[in-house]
Amino acid sequence: MKKLINAPSAVLADALKGVAAAHPDLAVDFDNRVVSRASAKQGKVALISGGGSGHEPLHSGFVGLGMLDAACAGEIFTSPTPDQMLAAATTVSAGAGVLYIVKNYTGDVLNFEMAAELAEAEGIPVKTVLVADDVAVEDSTWTAGRRGVGTTVLVEKIAGAAAEAGDDLEAVHAIATRVAENGRSMGVALTSATLPAVGKPSFDLPEDEIEMGVGIHGEPGRKRVPLRPAAEIAEELVSSILADHDFTGAPVIAMLSGLGGTPLIELYAMYGDVAALLEQRGVTVARSLVGDYITSLDMAGCSLTLLRADEEMLRLWDAPVGTAALRWGV
Amino acid sequence: MRTLEDSRLTVDDLIAWLMRFDEQIVEHAERLTELDSAIGDADHGTNMARGTAAVRSRLTAARPEDAGALLKSCGMALVSTVGGASGSLYGTLFLEMAKHVGAASELDSTVFAAAFRAGVAGVVARGRAEPGDKTMVDALHPTVDVLDAAAADGVPLAAALRSAAAAAAAGRDATIPLVARKGRASYLGDRSADHLDPGAASAAILVQALADSHAERGR
Repeated sequence: MKKLINAPSAVLADALKGVAAAHPDLAVDFDNRVVSRASAKQGKVALISGGGSGHEPLHSGFVGLGMLDAACAGEIFTSPTPDQMLAAATTVSAGAGVLYIVKNYTGDVLNFEMAAELAEAEGIPVKTVLVADDVAVEDSTWTAGRRGVGTTVLVEKIAGAAAEAGDDLEAVHAIATRVAENGRSMGVALTSATLPAVGKPSFDLPEDEIEMGVGIHGEPGRKRVPLRPAAEIAEELVSSILADHDFTGAPVIAMLSGLGGTPLIELYAMYGDVAALLEQRGVTVARSLVGDYITSLDMAGCSLTLLRADEEMLRLWDAPVGTAALRWGV
Repeated sequence: MRTLEDSRLTVDDLIAWLMRFDEQIVEHAERLTELDSAIGDADHGTNMARGTAAVRSRLTAARPEDAGALLKSCGMALVSTVGGASGSLYGTLFLEMAKHVGAASELDSTVFAAAFRAGVAGVVARGRAEPGDKTMVDALHPTVDVLDAAAADGVPLAAALRSAAAAAAAGRDATIPLVARKGRASYLGDRSADHLDPGAASAAILVQALADSHAERGR
């Protein structure tokens, strides 16, 4: 597998150097692997997220005006550690507390939990919102629960706008929780991702098969099925999500994200089918986003995220945002 | 002849334990990763080895003054280098032990047993895993009971640690038929059965390292 890298072990460090070079309005702490807004606004709730690397632009691409204040980068597909998250909190805390936005994976949850305790011990009030939106996984008390995927992007945008507008920690946490509770996602893989350190695909997927309900680390999904036309794949994703939550009678924000190895022309073709299906099912899409927003290295495929929104969420969605990966109104 | 020393762990004993833990983790790293690749994400050996190497270099750089400082330094090293769930769980084990022993310069068997109990309680609280969930708790939990009973009965420490290591190994092996209920392995459901849990395997190594290092120091 050919990769644009210097050495497998240097990929993350090299990427952070590139982020610093490309975005002078971001500060990069290379020791702690934290990307933050160079100029934080005083008195604003600080939003911090993070997770394993390999899902770019999540999370560092969403640091900036109206979204995250800092992102902690773990090794590829490995949770960052509490000392990174604490460093992020002390760096961007601006006197109004910190909201940690956490995707539901055991490592991320435990490390952010320790980080919250450490930050509280330093006098920084912390609240946490957990995103667990992957409908491919049955929610059960007997498992680690649903994985956190695409809704994370929407939580970061909407809660980020609330924080930018001056809402306090309680209010920012409340809207973040509402978004997390009303978002659902499901993905499909056409190929496996290849980790730079491993050099070969993480799982075998025959040329004529796809993995329905794949996770962003290549976790197995609901089933492996023969490759089929985009419209039929769209049907499966839409049906699975609509079966899990009511998306009628409210404005919906739809995001179709590539997984890293699928061209935009295919994503748009896919989104056309998704939009038609949603209209047939009586779902009103008020806002949409198509592109690579939460990826899995070079995996081919896509994930669909739907958020049952309301007027307040739409207003916050439309508010100005100035980040590397999402930018409007500025 | 038994002396008072027989039933106490000094700072040097604890250092010897952690150095031995590092040696054994390095020795078994490949096996741990192999176990993890069957039901997890194939990095447990690599991650643990990175962590115990960090513990070793911290302890080599400066000898901690007391047992609490030593255990805390070890816990922080693990938390900040292992990553994933294991880092926070092993870190919590040592940080909770550190809180329990405070500035003591040596630990008698009763204090050590109580500290270990506090550490394991911390792991259970952090990971919300119960015995039988196919996690490191399955190796650690039986160890706690053995250490407590031995301390109460006045069993010499060397013998107590040998029994503790045997209990941890038995707990580890008992994870094989279990269906995982926590962590990444839980996504596999029934397919997680018939595999040894990698976290229980590394936890058994931790307890074995204590028994071995204690025996090697001729205590």
